[in-house]
Amino acid sequence: MNEVRYLRPRSIAEVTDVLARRGGRILAGGTDFFPAQGEKPVTDLVVDLSGIRDLRKIETQSDHYRIGACTTWSQIVAEPLPRCFDALKLAAREVGAIQIQNAGTVGGNLCNASPAADGVPPLLVLDAEVELTSKDGARRLPLQEFITGNRRTLLRPNEILTAVIVPRIRDNARSTFLKLGSRRYMVISIAMVAVTLTTDDAGIITDARVAVGACSPVAKRLPRLEAKLVGVRAAPGLSALALPSDIDALTPIDDVRATASYRMDAALTVVRRALDSCAAGDL
Amino acid sequence: MLNRTDEIAFELNGRDVAATGHPVTRLTKVLREQLGLTGTKVGCDAGDCGACTVLIDGEPMCACLVGIAQVEGRSVTTIEGLSQHSDAAKRLQSAFLRHGAAQCGICTPAMIVAASALIEQVPSPNEQQVLDAIGGVLCRCTGYRKIVAAILDAGTAEHVEIPPAAGDAVGSRIQRLDGIPKVNGTDIFGADEYPKGALLLRAIRSPHHRARFTFGDIESYVASSLGIVRVFTAMDVPGENRYGVIGPFADQPVFAVGEARFLGEAVAAVVGDQDAIEALDLTKFPISWTELPPITDIDSALKEGAVLVHQNRQNNVLVRGRVVRGDVEAALAQAEFIVEGEFETGFVEHAYIEPEAGFARRVGDRMEVQACTQAPYMDRDDVAKILAIAPEDVRIIPTSVGGGFGSKLDLSIQPFIAVAAWHLRRPVRMVYSRIESVRTTTKRHPSRMRARAGASRDGKLVALDFSADFNTGAYSSWGPTVANRVPVHASGPYLVPHYRALTRAIHTHLVPAGAFRGFGVPQAAIAQEQLYDELADKVGIDRLEFRIINALRNGQPTVTGQVINEGVGIRACFESLRSHWARARAEAAQFNRTTVGPIRRGVGVAGMWYGCGNTSLSNPSTMMVGLRPDGRLVIHQGAVDIGQGSNTVITQIFADAIGAPVDAFDRLSADTDITPDCGKTSASRQTFVSGKAAEMAGRQLRQAILRLANAGEKSRLAFEDEKVLITDKDHVHVINLGDLSVDNTGYVLRTEATFDPPTSPLDADGQGIPYALYGFGAHLAEVEVDRELGCVRVLKITAAHDVGRAINPTLVEGQIEGGIAQGLGLALMEEFFPGRNENLHDYLIPSAGDMPPVESILIEDASPEGPFGAKGIGEHVLIPTAPAILNGIYDAVGVRIRKVPATPDRVRSAIRAAAAG
Repeated sequence: MNEVRYLRPRSIAEVTDVLARRGGRILAGGTDFFPAQGEKPVTDLVVDLSGIRDLRKIETQSDHYRIGACTTWSQIVAEPLPRCFDALKLAAREVGAIQIQNAGTVGGNLCNASPAADGVPPLLVLDAEVELTSKDGARRLPLQEFITGNRRTLLRPNEILTAVIVPRIRDNARSTFLKLGSRRYMVISIAMVAVTLTTDDAGIITDARVAVGACSPVAKRLPRLEAKLVGVRAAPGLSALALPSDIDALTPIDDVRATASYRMDAALTVVRRALDSCAAGDL
Repeated sequence: MLNRTDEIAFELNGRDVAATGHPVTRLTKVLREQLGLTGTKVGCDAGDCGACTVLIDGEPMCACLVGIAQVEGRSVTTIEGLSQHSDAAKRLQSAFLRHGAAQCGICTPAMIVAASALIEQVPSPNEQQVLDAIGGVLCRCTGYRKIVAAILDAGTAEHVEIPPAAGDAVGSRIQRLDGIPKVNGTDIFGADEYPKGALLLRAIRSPHHRARFTFGDIESYVASSLGIVRVFTAMDVPGENRYGVIGPFADQPVFAVGEARFLGEAVAAVVGDQDAIEALDLTKFPISWTELPPITDIDSALKEGAVLVHQNRQNNVLVRGRVVRGDVEAALAQAEFIVEGEFETGFVEHAYIEPEAGFARRVGDRMEVQACTQAPYMDRDDVAKILAIAPEDVRIIPTSVGGGFGSKLDLSIQPFIAVAAWHLRRPVRMVYSRIESVRTTTKRHPSRMRARAGASRDGKLVALDFSADFNTGAYSSWGPTVANRVPVHASGPYLVPHYRALTRAIHTHLVPAGAFRGFGVPQAAIAQEQLYDELADKVGIDRLEFRIINALRNGQPTVTGQVINEGVGIRACFESLRSHWARARAEAAQFNRTTVGPIRRGVGVAGMWYGCGNTSLSNPSTMMVGLRPDGRLVIHQGAVDIGQGSNTVITQIFADAIGAPVDAFDRLSADTDITPDCGKTSASRQTFVSGKAAEMAGRQLRQAILRLANAGEKSRLAFEDEKVLITDKDHVHVINLGDLSVDNTGYVLRTEATFDPPTSPLDADGQGIPYALYGFGAHLAEVEVDRELGCVRVLKITAAHDVGRAINPTLVEGQIEGGIAQGLGLALMEEFFPGRNENLHDYLIPSAGDMPPVESILIEDASPEGPFGAKGIGEHVLIPTAPAILNGIYDAVGVRIRKVPATPDRVRSAIRAAAAG
């Protein structure tokens, strides 16, 4: 009766070992774990990742950035990173408020897989991959494939998400993030948009990424719009290219925050504003 | 693996400590229950309110989202540690007191912790940095602006307040007298104190809006569950299984019998050892539910043949209200200009940061209940009925109240813990979770209002025809008060010769709607003030001037025929806004002319009036003051301070009534065994009614002291050690208090006075004198609307209020700013949907970043009825905010928002509809 089902391993190997043998429920920054728990007693075996230093750092490699899964939003804000990460940093500052940013982790945000997860659109536009580790080794999946639905991912019971991998293919891309909510601070998005625009020396867009969150079960890229943007000069007025038909893959719902039809309407506006703001380079 | 008994070591406030328990026990729980530091508050257990903010390795975090094992080896700093060791925190605490930044005080420790982390990094922050630092801590009382000002001013060295001289207390900005415990985290709220070994109680509640239920085998459930002491149901209620704030309408059971009438209604309670009760999965309780079709809206409730929520209330109508004056139909038929409209508002949650909490214990054959409450004597009388004992055998000890706003007038935890403690003869405590608090306690009444208003060619209001239905939920609570207060006030503060206002409170199977700052008047003002704006436009008169032309004046009759001869300050309020109106209109026009893009600015104005005290009903307050042999004056201050400041205001009034400095007083706060009945803290009545009783008791004590020396009325008094010096012109009398006999309460002199506002009953047409005095006010809102997204930002509110006399201007401003924040929430973001947004991340209240600067203008048009001329202010401040903002939205983008809140989707949809023509 006195034994408590809880582990706070010091290494990833220890975690994957216990998951392989007994399974368990992962605790990281706690910002989703505790609200979900509410008043219920904790009965699962809890595997707490907060003691693993290796999961809390951001590394720059020759061809990618590796963001440890337990990196907090505050760490991301503080880390010197290239311009293409501006969207992620802006999103980081909109996750809850400072208390949540100091505790909540990038990996937790992805594994929790809320349709309104602030971290997802900015990572989608960076072509991020997730590294999933089990006792048998690590595998990588594009973020886009990893999250499969509202609160659903491809994470296997014996795996943990160990890192987010961002390829170094657009370090100098301009990027921005816009979030629409009904109040300042601590607000769940009605809609949000992340954009990266890569330009050549003449300011012509060579690559564009646009992702919309909170308007479908999983945040969605807008490939048709992205294609249209290539070859165009990155300058204010870019927004005129975004048309209602570009967002018709979004499937928003009615909820306490807004109606579905408003979300469709607002998503287009937020996309347009993000494009102009990104093109102008003003953040 | 860890064992439950393994110690987890960390540094707490500079000292090494060890905690035990499940490793993922929330840090809040360990700090509060194991380590005895209750300055870290629990408001939501979900990271939504920030009240539990602590520093972990110097960084602010929510202690409710951290398991204790996660702080092993780390450093945790709480408000208690900062109070001792941090200069930055000490400067912040001093600034908070100076600026009146703490009201109820429940969020204050977290605000100071969060701000101190900022000040350590950035000694002189700018406003944006301050907002970013405190954006994660919700406050429901202050409207944040004084908090922001205090943090910006924390660099200023501590300064010593010079107390006002004897006779100068009224009107001075003294710091709140109960403020120090609020800023250092030692103030005791409902959940902060309980006897060692107290049992814990949790309620079994209906999972459906309406359901029949039958209990299973409770006996074997108790027998098979280690640590459960007993289960209580309706059968265990010794007295009446029925309570309610208005005796004749009392209808709410402690535990439902056979059928639950709303989602979350309690049907049973489980009591036992804390650990065992916390470990319970309440879904395993032996009960079976049969869901029944509920009535969830006004139309279904009124439908022919609808199920009756209560068998004795025909058509589901709880009560009707009516005020009729003149001939409204004839007047409207002849009016030159007529406007009409239909308006709608939803449930609004009080969202105080302190969920209901307290404990009860049986002392012999008496019951003691210590809990957060706004109404100790009402609690006493209802608990007595429930237990079938005499009211004098119940003692209610209010803790500090972490926000009330009307909902803590009703019983919540008290009946459960009293019944359990009565049977078990052991102390029993209960703490509502946030979800439980939101789901089950009273709300602002949803309303559906229709109105027609008419004006003459020269812009004089001639008639208003108003009707409203209020969804009062499953039980009566304050439904009758709302239905009766609204018809008296729906005219607004204007001369309206022909008037008809009809209201109904209607039952549904939803959470009971009760009192929320304004008792329905804020809803009515949303309809009436928008309509008068439309009328002004139709007549072709400036919207502010239209209100000035029609503003009620001294000597004119109200819609109930009451003639107020002095202190009708509404015209002065509107006139004080003239220069602001001109400036704001010009600025908005300039912005709209020169700015391209979707952002449009607008300016709105709205007025209000509000009667202080109960509507045509007796509501006396009794105040007592005594002089001790040692020369100290002691106030028995029964007007519960829920953050609004009665502890301070009542003392200021006593001070000037007696002619003693404020620091000559000690204060005993509300406790039904030691303070006389000051009624409830509601209806904006404490400064007025209890304040008047304080003035009377104080003046009587002064007379008694003067009589001891036969000294003249104008003598000066000095209270010294064991003596009073009376200076009458040039002569000094020395009264040695040791020479006087001491009464059985320990005083050499003691006076008590009762004041009951003079009112008269209303006749069948609602004519009469419902209130002895009214307060008046007007707000001007400058807003910005994003046409494309429908987002509304309030840029500034200018608030003029006639308070008769500002006993403490800082506290009055605090009420104004806090009321505006709630009015802003009502206008723009707050709507509760039972079963859907029962937490503080789906139910949004304004954060620090939503609150605009407020400029307060205090008008002092004294009322002869109030103490030193003072009027109430508590509810007045919320009433004009929402309509002023809505009028501002119209001014900016030309759309009328008739259903609040004006969320981005509603505003955008109105803009699109208007554009589509």
